[in-house]
Amino acid sequence: MARTATYQQAINEALAQEMERDETVIVMGEDVAGGLGTDGERDAWGGPLGITKGLYGKYGDRVMDTPISESAFIGAAVGAATAGLRPVAELMFIDFMGVCFDQIFNQAAKFRYMFGGKAETPVVIRTMYGAGLRAAAQHSQCLYPVFTHIPGLKVVTPATPYDAKGLLIQAIRDNDPVIFCEHKALYTLEGDVPEEPYALPFGEANIVREGDDVSIVTLGRMVHVATEAADALSGDGIECEVVDLRTTSPMDEDTILETVENTGRLVVLDEAHPRCNMATDIAAMVCEKAFDSLKGPIKQVTAPHTPVPFADTLEDLYIPDAAAVQKAVKAVMESSK
Amino acid sequence: MSEGIRPICMPKWGLSMKEGKVAGWLVDEGDALAPGDEVIDIETEKISSAVEAADAGVLRRHVAQEGDVLPVGGLLGIVADEGVADGDIDAFVTDFQANFVPPEDDDEDSGPATETVEVAGRNIRYLTKGEGGTPAILIHGFGGDLNNWLFNHDALAARRVVHALDLPGHGSSAKDVGDGSVGFFADIVTGFADALGIEQAHLVGHSMGGAIALAVARAAPARVASITLIGSAGLGSDIDGDYLEGFIAAERRKDLKPHVEKLFSDPALVTRQLVNDLLAFKRIDGVTAALGTIREAFAPGGAQAEVMRDVAGSVPTLVIWGAGDRIIPASHADGLPDGVDCTVLDSQGHMVQMEAATEVNRLIDERLG
Repeated sequence: MARTATYQQAINEALAQEMERDETVIVMGEDVAGGLGTDGERDAWGGPLGITKGLYGKYGDRVMDTPISESAFIGAAVGAATAGLRPVAELMFIDFMGVCFDQIFNQAAKFRYMFGGKAETPVVIRTMYGAGLRAAAQHSQCLYPVFTHIPGLKVVTPATPYDAKGLLIQAIRDNDPVIFCEHKALYTLEGDVPEEPYALPFGEANIVREGDDVSIVTLGRMVHVATEAADALSGDGIECEVVDLRTTSPMDEDTILETVENTGRLVVLDEAHPRCNMATDIAAMVCEKAFDSLKGPIKQVTAPHTPVPFADTLEDLYIPDAAAVQKAVKAVMESSK
Repeated sequence: MSEGIRPICMPKWGLSMKEGKVAGWLVDEGDALAPGDEVIDIETEKISSAVEAADAGVLRRHVAQEGDVLPVGGLLGIVADEGVADGDIDAFVTDFQANFVPPEDDDEDSGPATETVEVAGRNIRYLTKGEGGTPAILIHGFGGDLNNWLFNHDALAARRVVHALDLPGHGSSAKDVGDGSVGFFADIVTGFADALGIEQAHLVGHSMGGAIALAVARAAPARVASITLIGSAGLGSDIDGDYLEGFIAAERRKDLKPHVEKLFSDPALVTRQLVNDLLAFKRIDGVTAALGTIREAFAPGGAQAEVMRDVAGSVPTLVIWGAGDRIIPASHADGLPDGVDCTVLDSQGHMVQMEAATEVNRLIDERLG
């Protein structure tokens, strides 16, 4: 596994390898081929950040530019999935999902259930999320908790290039609708990525770092913030176990409960707004199922309950950082038995 | 001033190792050391093992303490003769620490890189160390890869060129395993030697890799200078079929770990990283199918298909076994043909070349001459 690649390259490679393997896999979205109105031959765009660059040249009409109408092309992708294709639709920013909630919540997520298990909807919706790129309130949200709330959807939030490739391949092979959430601040992150195709199962959290004092359960970009905090805390003699959820639905409850049973202390770190997010969900689950293991109160570290600010200084304050995690870990240590 | 002073430094086990943690000293300051004595336990992300004394002398100084994390090459301790003055040792340590530059993260010169060669239409990854002499080829077992020789490759390469390869279906080699038989893999090893222009080689095989070495010696004895068989298949029909089946079937960390623990005499060596690396390998497209094909051909119904006891001894043969091997019983070492050298190491398991590396390296090195 000596080859390294970026998060962005890992996603591109997963798409290319699955398109190569299975001709029912198609890619659609805004500017994913050449940009609307061009013939696509020059392969100029590959999406707003170039994630799908190079696919049009190899797979031609299986890479489709769509009108700027999320409700139309997400609906088309869902329909195509029920009719035998495996569409991977790119919905530029997760913030824009609102216009196609019906297609996702009421159609894609419900077909298997409402048709008595006889319908499958193997659609993947790729989308980018998260703050930190000075993209302001309508292009920076962490809306994965919204999708996690809906039965019938699977929700994926890779933190590393290795996970991005393996989880996207699994998402494409999965027979249910998958919301694949890419943190835009991670696209340039490099890591080991095998060149061959591989699939990572959903619902298997990754223990990124082992420790016996405090568990930090987190996901996405915050995995790296947690690791940074854990490295600093190690210098103070506090050893944190960092758990990366990898997927929020299904969620690996067993691994979360096991780490809490081991450490007895929990900090949940989530970049999403504080109400009804992954932090509250995990804190509630642990209170219900592992209360006796807790040596003290759980701490949540999240963004505040405000829109993502546009001002640089305010956005930097908005995003949870390692200092906030260290403070929470120390508070949990002090308040525990 | 540094005459007779020999530093013990943080080793580099594998291409990705950047630093290691001192798990504990195994000898006290003032203790006399013989070459090969285990001196200090080191833990890395991937593996834990002991550093051994390279020379005889007295352990004069613990420079690093338990819990310290040092980069590769960092100073762990000092071995010197009894006559060396403490002041000279202090000066040596000060000088070493002042001039020590830890290797860069992206240092391309940090060691040899793996290469790829095409054999029978398949890409085969291999790693070469050392130079000169009659080449040796290290052949890993079922589910393994060239990293299984992490603690052997350097030591054996001190006196000859040593190639370790990933068999088809394993590591980073192609995943097409043909009919999956020992004969198929023997042809791959012979083809590998052809591709590298090797006329005759010492074959060192672990587990299924031992059966492959036997099959090469049977089919092409002129190409084989000697065979070393470690916890080897091919010397009897017994094998833990549940292990093979469980290793293939396990999809999650928790399912895989108990099977992997059977390989070692010390289950603590089965770290989370080791299990994760094996899972990452098993999850590559085609690997599970390849392992299934191999199992069907190699050990159908949980018994080894090919027993080649008569081949042992037809070329110079060294057999090494861990007495507590839970995968292939050490009793297969009993009653082998005359002329076969056989060493059974007490309280060792199937991965004896990793857990008792010093002793295994010494036995092989002596044999290869």
